[in-house]
Amino acid sequence: MTEEKKKKEQIPRQEMPEQEPNVRNKNFDEVPLGLSPELAQKEAQRCLQCKKPACIQGCPVGIDIPGFIAHIRDGEFTKAIRKIWEKNSLPAVCGRVCPQEDQCEGECILGKKDKPVAIGHLERFAADYERLYGSGELPPQAEPTGKKVAVVGSGPAGLTVAGDLILQGHEVTVFEAFHKGGGVLVYGIPEFRLPKEIVASELHYLERLGVKFEYDVVVGKTLDVDELFSQGFDAAFIGVGAGLPTFLNLPGENLVGIYSANEYLTRANLMKAYLFPEYDTPLMPGKNVVVIGAGNVAMDSARTALRMGAEKVRIVYRRSEAEMPARVDEIHHAEEEGIEFYLLTNPVRFLSDDQGKVIGMRCMQMELGEPDESGRRRPQPVEGSEFTLDCDLAVVAVGAGANPVLTQNTKGMELTKRGYVVADPKTGKTKKPGVWAGGDIVTGQATVILAAGAGRLASNSIQDYLTIGW
Amino acid sequence: MFEILRRELMADESVVLNEISAPLVAEKAQPGQFVILRANETGERIPLTLAETNPTRGTITIIYQVVGKSTALFKSMKVGEKFMDVIGPLGRPTDIEKLDGEVVCVGGGTGVAVLYPITKAFKDAGNNVTSVIGARSKDLVMLEDRMGSASDELHVCTDDGTYGHHGFVTDKLKEVLDTKDVRLVIAIGPVPMMKFCCQITAEYNVKTLVSLNTIMVDGTGMCGSCRITVGKETKFACVDGPEFDGHQVDFNELSARLQAYVPQEKQSHEKYQCECQSS
Ligand SMILES: Cc1cc2nc3c(=O)[nH]c(=O)nc-3n(C[C@H](O)[C@H](O)[C@H](O)COP(=O)(O)OP(=O)(O)OC[C@H]3O[C@@H](n4cnc5c(N)ncnc54)[C@H](O)[C@@H]3O)c2cc1C
Ligand SMILES: Cc1cc2nc3c(=O)[nH]c(=O)nc-3n(C[C@H](O)[C@H](O)[C@H](O)COP(=O)(O)OP(=O)(O)OC[C@H]3O[C@@H](n4cnc5c(N)ncnc54)[C@H](O)[C@@H]3O)c2cc1C
Ligand code: SF4
Ligand code: SF4
Ligand code: FES
Repeated sequence: MTEEKKKKEQIPRQEMPEQEPNVRNKNFDEVPLGLSPELAQKEAQRCLQCKKPACIQGCPVGIDIPGFIAHIRDGEFTKAIRKIWEKNSLPAVCGRVCPQEDQCEGECILGKKDKPVAIGHLERFAADYERLYGSGELPPQAEPTGKKVAVVGSGPAGLTVAGDLILQGHEVTVFEAFHKGGGVLVYGIPEFRLPKEIVASELHYLERLGVKFEYDVVVGKTLDVDELFSQGFDAAFIGVGAGLPTFLNLPGENLVGIYSANEYLTRANLMKAYLFPEYDTPLMPGKNVVVIGAGNVAMDSARTALRMGAEKVRIVYRRSEAEMPARVDEIHHAEEEGIEFYLLTNPVRFLSDDQGKVIGMRCMQMELGEPDESGRRRPQPVEGSEFTLDCDLAVVAVGAGANPVLTQNTKGMELTKRGYVVADPKTGKTKKPGVWAGGDIVTGQATVILAAGAGRLASNSIQDYLTIGW
Repeated sequence: MFEILRRELMADESVVLNEISAPLVAEKAQPGQFVILRANETGERIPLTLAETNPTRGTITIIYQVVGKSTALFKSMKVGEKFMDVIGPLGRPTDIEKLDGEVVCVGGGTGVAVLYPITKAFKDAGNNVTSVIGARSKDLVMLEDRMGSASDELHVCTDDGTYGHHGFVTDKLKEVLDTKDVRLVIAIGPVPMMKFCCQITAEYNVKTLVSLNTIMVDGTGMCGSCRITVGKETKFACVDGPEFDGHQVDFNELSARLQAYVPQEKQSHEKYQCECQSS
């Protein structure tokens, strides 16, 4: 082992400062505060600059991780962000919300013995530094081609396609059903995890490049995909996400006080119910809240409930800790903030008062049996273990499905049995000529970086189509 | 876009008509569909039925009752001002067909605004239409002229007897069911009115459509706020409705769900009234 390598190994992973749990669980400000340039440079020194970097294998879009980290180490922050942009147009977002432990950091060689390099934190640092102190200079754009591309949906997939193709000189219009852009980044992921000004600044950047945004357009209702072509668009990308709430189908689920996570988070985030009555959209206050599920969506709902004034918030999940799908950071943050976990617990029905309002949830204790199709051990109810959890608010966060508003009203696009769009995994091409698709509407609810990655593949293919042919 | 081109006050100034510029919506809209509107940046998303549409002028018309903060805010908007957002047309259009028998359209309160385009569509499709509209008193009767021209026969009822038949629309509905060969009833209005209409038509075994004014957020099937039990199944009013077979609807659940935000609605409305007075 070289001297230099030894020295590097002596630097511990730099912790990112955070708001104190007992302070932050009462406000909506961002929890992790970001690295200072000094901390970032110190953390960057830990990277061994591997010849065959395992971390890159773990990043779904293959960012040159040692490359950008070397620039941070050298204090060349602008170069660092340019390196990241080569592969990822949403670094401020991904640095914050990627499940790094399963992706880049999960593969980092340092993680074998010690803690991996804080790749996500460094990516966030580079993006934030550029947003706050960068020149704001726009990248060079190709000559106008006269070609027009319609992007349906303004989530990470759609925004990536828009950003790529506008640089190639095409005219790009994004059609969005909601009154604001960003998809899940604005309606789902809360302010305390992803400040909305970051999403707004990404949108503003695209606007400066010339991307047009048409809000309040529900494609399939206000306009059809075929009409886009008759209006003169040459290609269309469908990135409408997985916007259909899943319910448990249990007795009492339509009682007052039971929300889908989609509704709960949309009211809180997009409609800013946490600022009620300054903003007009209300959210029912709950003192005693249960959240069903253990993914990111469940953690976000639980932590939002706490910030909305709940005294007690419990996560109810039918499997065990090891199977919880949320990012480790989010689980950790939720625990720190005082959220209780009822694992191996499954709801069976909801209890009501005489006004039709929820007052409790009957649950069964579960145990893990044989592995199921997903390879995870199947939870089975323990006989005679029924008990009641009192609650005055419940949020169901057990997944999402494919919303049929667009797909049912679009001819010629092949769908899977569950209503997702069939698209070529390498190009994003659908069965309908001139139409591409990517992100959650193809894969089911996945991650921001996978949606952005799908957008990148599709934009490459659309570029080929517009210059060469289908 | 979304500029208010016309504004009328009706029914004792508690009901407002707005004609709004919204060409894309006007182009596509069909009877029974609705839009979601937002007045300004801090506003709520409010669903309102398309009472009329004019594709040539590129306009839509909404008629709404002032019940709380958001509708009061809408009322304060003058001709020339703009809604920040108008989204639509949403929901499934009414299935309009020519039936060999009477079509009866029953409307209560501002339900009449929702009922009118549907009544007109059934009439235009060649049906024999009898309509019954009701209000608490004479001043609150809505769209009598329009409903009159969209129906072969129109009955007006008032709860206090100040105009037309003294009594509820359900009385008149019964009379019509007794005297005519009715194929379809469409009942739109306050929840209790729809519920009682359905109880009556169930006795006569006549198919009955109701339009459900559930609380909504997105209006595109994404949140589940508008869910309601119809025939033991959960349906989303914004995409599966807003019209449903009234004999299958769980009206008690609907009533409870409509009460969900009463304390906040009150707080919001009071704050707004204070601000209006002080400015
Ligand atoms: C609460 C929550 C927390 C999450 N946390 C994380 C996390 O920490 N890390 C992570 O990597 N991933 C996370 N995810 C998942 C991630 O956000 C999604 O995988 C990703 O946003 C999918 O991107 P997309 O572009 O496919 O679609 P979306 O982000 O869903 O965007 C789709 C857009 O299309 C619009 N649209 C839909 N239908 C129409 C139509 N007919 N016409 C016009 N527009 C339409 C929608 O309004 C929306 O704006 C989370 C998801 C949720 C809900
Ligand atoms: C598909 C549909 C079509 C409608 N069409 C019409 C129409 O043509 N004319 C008309 O006068 N009204 C219509 N409504 C009802 C109208 O949306 C509500 O009266 C309005 O939202 C009340 O808002 P507010 O802030 O003024 O009152 P609030 O103070 O918020 O509420 C007063 C009462 O209105 C109901 N309400 C509250 N929020 C909503 C909401 N988001 N959606 C539905 N109901 C709500 C509740 O029962 C509440 O107690 C329709 C509703 C739906 C779902
Ligand atoms: S995009 Fe996500 S997975 Fe890729 S390097 Fe950044 S944080 Fe890691
Ligand atoms: S695997 Fe870890 S140490 Fe090696 S280059 Fe990647 S980040 Fe650096
Ligand atoms: S209003 Fe959100 S699903 Fe119907």
